[in-house]
Amino acid sequence: MVLAALILVPLGLALVALLWPVARQRPWLLPLGGVAHLVLSIVAVAGRPEQLTPWLGLDPIARLLLVAVSVLFLATSLYTPGYLALKPGRDQRVFTACLLALLGMISAILAAQHLGLMWVALEACTLTTAPLLYFHRNARSLEALWKYLLVGSVGIAIAFLGTLFLAYSALHAGLKPSLVLSDLVGDAPRLSRPWLHSGFVLLFIGYGTKMGLAPMHTWKPDAYGEASGLVGTLLAGGVSSAAFLAILRFHKILVAAGDGAFGRQIMLVAGLLSIAVAAAFMARLRDFKRLLAYSSVEHMGILVLGVGIGGGATLGAMLHLVNNALVKGVLFLAAGNIHRVYGSKRAAAPEGLTPTPHEGERGEAADEADRPPPSATSPALASSVPVSGLLRRLPWSGALLLLGFLAVTGSPPFGTFVSELTIVRGAFATGHGAAGVAFLGLLFVVFVGMGSTVLAMAQGPAPSTVPAERRDTLLTIAPVVALLACVLGLGLYLPAGLQTAFAEAAAWLEGP
Amino acid sequence: MSALASPLLVVVLLINLFLLGTSRVRAAITGAAAQGVLLGVLALVIDDALSGSHIAVAAGAIVLKGIAFPALLARAIRDLAVRREIEPLIGLVPSLLLGAIGTAASLLFASSLPLAPAHEGSLVVPGALATVFTGFMLLTTRRKAITQVVGYLVLENGLFIMGLGLLEAMPFLVEVGILLDLFVGIFVMGIIINHMRREFGSIDTERLTSLRE
Repeated sequence: MVLAALILVPLGLALVALLWPVARQRPWLLPLGGVAHLVLSIVAVAGRPEQLTPWLGLDPIARLLLVAVSVLFLATSLYTPGYLALKPGRDQRVFTACLLALLGMISAILAAQHLGLMWVALEACTLTTAPLLYFHRNARSLEALWKYLLVGSVGIAIAFLGTLFLAYSALHAGLKPSLVLSDLVGDAPRLSRPWLHSGFVLLFIGYGTKMGLAPMHTWKPDAYGEASGLVGTLLAGGVSSAAFLAILRFHKILVAAGDGAFGRQIMLVAGLLSIAVAAAFMARLRDFKRLLAYSSVEHMGILVLGVGIGGGATLGAMLHLVNNALVKGVLFLAAGNIHRVYGSKRAAAPEGLTPTPHEGERGEAADEADRPPPSATSPALASSVPVSGLLRRLPWSGALLLLGFLAVTGSPPFGTFVSELTIVRGAFATGHGAAGVAFLGLLFVVFVGMGSTVLAMAQGPAPSTVPAERRDTLLTIAPVVALLACVLGLGLYLPAGLQTAFAEAAAWLEGP
Repeated sequence: MSALASPLLVVVLLINLFLLGTSRVRAAITGAAAQGVLLGVLALVIDDALSGSHIAVAAGAIVLKGIAFPALLARAIRDLAVRREIEPLIGLVPSLLLGAIGTAASLLFASSLPLAPAHEGSLVVPGALATVFTGFMLLTTRRKAITQVVGYLVLENGLFIMGLGLLEAMPFLVEVGILLDLFVGIFVMGIIINHMRREFGSIDTERLTSLRE
């Protein structure tokens, strides 16, 4: 019941949002949905509900993620009314409805124990995010949307093929093909190996595309770069994490079949590759929203790497799953504030570094030239000044971005430090020393690359051209502060209940 | 497995090669439509026993893949006055060659996978893989948004063939899922193509290059 409500309540509210007549009140359906969802999530996680149908249920990882996504959505939903108030004239009806529907679909992925249902829910996620990405209605967001949809749909299609392969592995073994996770885990030792293995590879590529792992990440910088901060938050913290859970469910089947090493090997390589690609692109990237997208590629890589290493690192990956989801909220929402006030998503050049012509300058100039008249309808984009002097001009958002940067790069005392440290320790404890060293090196490169951009934004004089009436408001700051506090809290003190939950999640994945 | 299934799949494979080799957008759409109709027929003959879900899936495939989507795409090229030639990123002959290699590789790979007794010697698995590969090639090497959508359609056709192999055993939900998602996917892409035309005055995805590092 509770699980069905987790899916149906947001969907019902989405319908209400479509029908609600008063535009000024409509965005407040979002916090309503957020609160209802959080309450239901806590009931679902604490109550350990009876399994009414084999199709819906919460595995230990889904429990963790459900609460994290719920908190993330609540924070985002509190942020949204203030955001939408600044964007009159856009299609807020569809935007609000799609945000709520997205929440319902993410819950459906988390609660789905039937792998076909999970696939349908993820596909539905892709479609509900399409109007969200096209909110600004300009050529750039259209381009981002096309890439997102095309690459995403192909990924989803490959994942479907993998699901069929998995079903075939049961058919070949003479078992009644079932796509219910517990059945597959129970029958795992008897599944046909060649089908299981090739199915897993296809599923990893397919759902990995939705996660944004390199080299299937190409849609991510475009989509996150053009999406508003709150949509980026839900994509990077919600949808990507849910796609990771999807991969983990198939990994669980591999582990149960006694072939965990096969999946771990793939994940180890894919994880390191994603982190390396992200690190390479993040160095001296001036567009701070694309920078966050690459940071998301990096962190998806870290999650996969943690599970790929196995042992103690799996626990680290579980910790990181929650931390990453929350810290993504801090970064994307703060970046959204900055983008709105400055009307630019380009950071000033760091001191002592003149921007090379092939970067930033030319790109932005070309954008201006390419941009057809519709840009006139979005005044925020019309004046683009490189972002600098954040700490003077926007002390709250600036400080949040700076702290968010420290958190996302795994600096103490944030929760991400604990999770990344756990992964590194796991790597050395399980004899993956080389991977551990490479991981540490890449983290350092990312820290330097991201740091130079973020510091250039925070310091220096503030440009005088930014309109004085644009500033931080309570609703665009308080939710972000709350999320940051959560990440900090997870780093400082992990209550016993949470510790058990994380340990259970890791044990579920590794165990029989 | 009826004796008709393999000849039908051979025709599907030939259409794959035709799609890779044709230089006309309209011909590509017609080819994809013909493939959709064939898949519908295939659903009727694939298993010895004919059940309600076979008929539903066959009807769905013929109506959606064979008629509705192709008609939608054909209308789009008429309304948008798209140039009728396909503009591939790699030449038609190389893409045909690649397609042939892909088909051969699919046959090889499929022969390395153990088959259930019902599918021994059939072309279901290699046909599915080769069609997915063809769709992927069309998606990645064609410039026009419309031809990319045709590629996506072909890719989904490949999944459909694989689904047919499991039709008897699989829950109905997933079969409905195929058609539903296909429908919504194509529908949404159709809307975007329309927006694209208004925004760029073209549906050439080569114009979509303002977002890059």
